[in-house]
Amino acid sequence: MARRFVILGLILGLSALGYMTLGAVGSWSFLIPFRGAKLAALLLTGASIATATLLFQTITANRILTPSIMGFDSLYMAVLTVLVFTLGASGYAALPAPLLFFLNLGVMSALGILLFLALLAGGRGDMLKLVLTGIVLGILIRALSSFLQRMIDPSEFSSLQAASFARFTHVDPLLLGLSALVSIPAIALAWRMRHRLDVLSLGTEAATGLGEPPRRGQKQALVLICVLIGSATALAGPMSSGFSGPSNFLGLIVVALARMVTPSFRHAVLLPSAILVSGIVLIGGQTVMERVLHLSTPLPVVIELVGGLLFLVLLLRGSRQ
Amino acid sequence: MITIRGVSYEIQGQPILRDIDLDLPRGGVTALIGPNGAGKSTLLSLIARLKKLQSGRIGVDDLEVGKCSDRDLAKVLAIMPQSGHVSARLRVGELVEMGRYPWHQGRPGAHDREIVAETLTRFSLDALRDRFLDEISGGQRQRALAAMAYAQGTDYLLLDEPLNNLDIAAARHLMRLLRDMATGGGKTIVIVLHDINFAAAFADRIVVMHEGRIAADGAPETIITQDLLTGVFGTDAEILTLGARPVVMV
Repeated sequence: MARRFVILGLILGLSALGYMTLGAVGSWSFLIPFRGAKLAALLLTGASIATATLLFQTITANRILTPSIMGFDSLYMAVLTVLVFTLGASGYAALPAPLLFFLNLGVMSALGILLFLALLAGGRGDMLKLVLTGIVLGILIRALSSFLQRMIDPSEFSSLQAASFARFTHVDPLLLGLSALVSIPAIALAWRMRHRLDVLSLGTEAATGLGEPPRRGQKQALVLICVLIGSATALAGPMSSGFSGPSNFLGLIVVALARMVTPSFRHAVLLPSAILVSGIVLIGGQTVMERVLHLSTPLPVVIELVGGLLFLVLLLRGSRQ
Repeated sequence: MITIRGVSYEIQGQPILRDIDLDLPRGGVTALIGPNGAGKSTLLSLIARLKKLQSGRIGVDDLEVGKCSDRDLAKVLAIMPQSGHVSARLRVGELVEMGRYPWHQGRPGAHDREIVAETLTRFSLDALRDRFLDEISGGQRQRALAAMAYAQGTDYLLLDEPLNNLDIAAARHLMRLLRDMATGGGKTIVIVLHDINFAAAFADRIVVMHEGRIAADGAPETIITQDLLTGVFGTDAEILTLGARPVVMV
């Protein structure tokens, strides 16, 4: 197991090195901070999404779900659409970045708390109800934003579309810092929960029997998930193509890969390995796309394609068992 | 001692348990039997705080269920739930090690490992230690779950229909293990059973439940009578006595 971590670390290091040095044009004093900020943003986004997806799969006891099923990405699109609709594309572009960041983070955390209350309202409400509530809310939000999109001026719509993919072409250092301030403590808290998450993954009855009340752990994990997804999306944009995406495929891919590379049910193993894999997929993928193939296609488009196939494979394999 | 006082429970207005008073003293095997829907599993779930108490009180030694800390109760009482479904993919050895969680909180020490090894041997699981739970038979899985509850090292062990889906050899093997734990290990075992004959063969005491009430309570030979079968179970099976043990002819 330790060897596999070393190999993962080496691959991540190589990808980062490739990302920083390949196709370098211009002076290093400009390139290093410029590319370094993008590298940090990719790492941070990847780590947040990997952690959030792993926590979500543990508390829902389901290995093909990701948090975006709860409508997080659609919420980001809704905020974006409402802003472009009311302020116009130029008004939107003039908004200060930190304001947008906190707006997105705030709205997404609010959605999380709303779902959280729905979970409590049922008394003995279960995770399935929470997930279904999330799906329905997601559909509602998506429908509302597509309604608004239909009324937007076509040229403004195209600027909205451009902003609706995750992008790492330019990273604002201020945003990066804010996002790190939110995500890193959240990931640290998830790490502190690792043994309790192992117990929760045994199921609610077994967890209760072992003295670990499942409801409390689920709530805490849910808060962490909301904050992590909120800050990652506010930093980089939605990781699924905002208009459809029933599932956040990046999270799905990296957690499924982590389970293959380091097979264990322990979160002390899965958490770091999912974060490493996530860094490799994002940084390695971005290096190949940008530097080797010289494509301008956003990386999430490729991730969706690969993720869709993987999703089918997981579904088919799951149904055979 | 487990003390149950004035416990009632209802689901959507439908009474499941009606004002139960029951004492389960330390030691021995107590079997809870009764027809389907009598409230046996509900009572067991309430003792193990898998369900929330609606009225009444349940005490385990000096701890009060629902008031004491979950972790303290987990060191005194272990439960093997009816639905032995484990969603995580883990190995038999890892599952049994999780049983030690209330003591080590995720950092097993040498003492925990010793107990796990002893438990695996006791439950004849040594050969299956590294197999995944979804790769072994239903009987082996039930045994692994029982081993996990045993490894928890508690004085009280509750089992909810552990013989479900077990063939006769696996069922007898598991019941013998439980019998040994009570006799040799001084554990208090409370077990929900479907099969009256298994209850008669292995339990020191039988508690019969019927429509949410305690219908009878005592040693197997005094409890299992023709009246019980017709009155509680609504069937007219014959009872033979072999040695001192009553046997229901099915």
